[in-house]
Amino acid sequence: MTNGDSGLKALHNPDIPVPEELQSTIAITSLDRIYNWCRARSMWPLLFGLACCAIEMIAAAASRYDISRFGMEVMRPSPRQADLMIVSGTVTKKMVVPIVRIYNQMAEPKYVLAMGACASGGGPFKEGYNVVSGIDKYIPVDVYVPGCPPTPQALIHGFLTLQKKIESQSLRTVPWYRSGESTAVPIPLLGPDIIDPRQADLIRRQAVQAATQAATAPSEA
Amino acid sequence: MAENPAAEVTTANPVAEAIAALKAQFPDAVVEDNRKGYAGIVVDPEKLVEVATAARDTLGYNYLSSATAVDYLGKGDYFEMVYHTYRVPAGGPPLVIKARTPRDRATLPSVISVWPGADFQEREAYDLMGIRFEGHPNLKRILLWEGFDGHPLRKDWKEAYYEQDQKPFDSRWPQGRVYRAEERNPYGKNVRYPEGFTLDDFTPVGEAPNYDGVDLGINVQEMATPGLKTDRLVVNLGPHHPSTHGVFRMVVTLNGETVEDLQPVMGYLHRNHEKIGERNTFLQNMPFTDRLDYITSMSNNLGYALAVEHLLSLGPRYQPPTYRAEVIRVLMVELTRVVSHMWAIGFLLNDLGAFYTPALYAIAERELILDFFEAVAGSRMMCNYMRFGGVFKDLPERIQGIPLLANDRVRNEATLDYLANIINERLPRAIDELDDYLTHNEIIVTRCQGVGILPPEMAIAYSAAGPVLRASGVPYDVRRAEPYSIYPELDFDVAVRYNGDIYDRYLLRIDEMRQSVRILKQLLPRLRETEGQPIISGSKAYSPRVPEGEAYGRVENPKGELGYYVVSDGGQNPWRYHVRSPSYINLTALGPMAKGHKVADIVAILGSIDIILGEVDR
Ligand code: SF4
Repeated sequence: MTNGDSGLKALHNPDIPVPEELQSTIAITSLDRIYNWCRARSMWPLLFGLACCAIEMIAAAASRYDISRFGMEVMRPSPRQADLMIVSGTVTKKMVVPIVRIYNQMAEPKYVLAMGACASGGGPFKEGYNVVSGIDKYIPVDVYVPGCPPTPQALIHGFLTLQKKIESQSLRTVPWYRSGESTAVPIPLLGPDIIDPRQADLIRRQAVQAATQAATAPSEA
Repeated sequence: MAENPAAEVTTANPVAEAIAALKAQFPDAVVEDNRKGYAGIVVDPEKLVEVATAARDTLGYNYLSSATAVDYLGKGDYFEMVYHTYRVPAGGPPLVIKARTPRDRATLPSVISVWPGADFQEREAYDLMGIRFEGHPNLKRILLWEGFDGHPLRKDWKEAYYEQDQKPFDSRWPQGRVYRAEERNPYGKNVRYPEGFTLDDFTPVGEAPNYDGVDLGINVQEMATPGLKTDRLVVNLGPHHPSTHGVFRMVVTLNGETVEDLQPVMGYLHRNHEKIGERNTFLQNMPFTDRLDYITSMSNNLGYALAVEHLLSLGPRYQPPTYRAEVIRVLMVELTRVVSHMWAIGFLLNDLGAFYTPALYAIAERELILDFFEAVAGSRMMCNYMRFGGVFKDLPERIQGIPLLANDRVRNEATLDYLANIINERLPRAIDELDDYLTHNEIIVTRCQGVGILPPEMAIAYSAAGPVLRASGVPYDVRRAEPYSIYPELDFDVAVRYNGDIYDRYLLRIDEMRQSVRILKQLLPRLRETEGQPIISGSKAYSPRVPEGEAYGRVENPKGELGYYVVSDGGQNPWRYHVRSPSYINLTALGPMAKGHKVADIVAILGSIDIILGEVDR
């Protein structure tokens, strides 16, 4: 429990009066609110560093910034115990394969925070042949934190933003409690370049087009 | 200083003598490189191994620092492999050996038999340039994956978001009609497929090549002790693993708990530094060097500045950096060394199982130094601070306004007082503290002594650098072996330890931090004396005219020798830009070091090498 407005009192539903002297012991509230309140204040990020940004992520966990003040410090090395993936650094084509696999292994509800310019859009290395121009090309991202690298304060701000987002969700509408199985993100393949199975049709069409009109290389289209 | 042996003709020039000796011994196979701005010898590939052996055995060039290829497309239409070799521990400038091969069937003999440290570097040249090395035992792709289309560092290879050969791109400057590169790419992603590629006949290569030469599956063996059976199995650590210091991967073959074989797999953070660097103007590379070893951005800057300054010095109007600039540079570099070693020690302890607490202490001092960097350069980590001929900005008079201390106290101190406090009080105390708490700790002693031993001959042969080399008893430090900046006038010792195990590598870092503090103390009065003097010489041109030629600038980075090999054709951007990164080459010795130890020890051995993946993969 952290910032002032998120204490027990913050949970009260103003329509149902609770006597003043009991307000710090009893709260009458909605299931959504208590559920989200618990979840938002016990995020378990995945212990997962990709590049330079990871250093600032570590610094955010260290003494001066100390993300444990926000209920975020239990970094887990296993995706099965984590519910927040902080994509902290440059995502390369070679690495996106394990990243998607790890993302799929995380249990729902799960969130993704893209930390820094690289994870959000490729950053300074975007034009590079082995760099993915943003992890959101492969997995859904909930919060973007700008910077190269973002300072630890910026990352903490990203956490708080994520907490707000979680608090605004409703059990009734979130995707992970719908009936049926949730679908995994298809894992990209390493071929002559990286292949996203979701783009298979486009790749086929482009190949046919290239063959029929002997057009210029696709990248120069 | 970056070297050009010809430029520093002294009474006894060992390189000139070595070249003369090699020319006499191999009159048909060795010629001097007489292109303007170039140095060294060009060797007939047929005789390369013989010449290399002679250079090592009779002339003492026993240390292969950097080996890389240059594509001279359109200039001579050949690949040139360039080897920078040094004498260790004697020191001195390099003997540069070159060998050429035609672009269409590029093949050269491997020099692994002479310098085993060439292993990864040849694989890299194969991967990125497509040169085959005959006799290389394991010629596989290293930074990219098997099956990748083409060899990206060839000058005629274009990436998916290719716009133009040179920056600044026309679309940004001067017209400034910027468009998004993905809009021109039909897939919307940074991908390009070869002509005629069809998904239907495609079979993914998968992971199999990583395991070539490693027995897959479990294979039960009788051990020496009768009745005891152990499993031999292949275990994969990484690329997502808390102990690999980032996205590094080790494929380990175990017999029971004992390591039989270890193969590093890298490239998970290959950010195409060199390809991007060849499009950038010379100056635009400076911020990219920050992101190599992202803990030591300041000293990365210095190595690159030295290389380009050397090239500039071949031209007519070159002025060396001012004295104040040199003092500030060394100040930044030595502070960086402390930051890096603190970090290394903190995380070595992490690897040994002391989760995070020692690292917390080690990071505390780092924050103070980063505050200083931020006040001076504007950024905590990616400082982008040095320029050709000096530094970007002088130190501010006061350090102000970063309200990060306890109680959000706003800081407002005179910079020099702040520095003096760090250098005279905080750092020595912090180093003593680490020393007191850790050095005689029973767990550290038991787990580190005698583990991961790298004998001195092996350290030299495998081109190990920095603390890994010096902890093996080789007193070789670029700051002394081939001095640059103002190091010759500074009083410090090259730290050496002799056992070559994890423990000594740890102790060596403690020693080295003490030496750094010693240097820093000598810099304080120099900073006061030079106050007000210029911090940059020459013009502050956005794009300096860099004369034709080659340069290899190297510095003693916290992790070892960081070298930049830069070739200029007189244009706006480097023709070739290569980074010899210590982390990458130090990993060559990881396999031999880990063999025979337990699986838990690998983690500690890797921690003691102190790698940074940004630099390994570049
Ligand atoms: S955003 Fe900047 S700091 Fe972060 S990983 Fe990318 S280059 Fe490094």
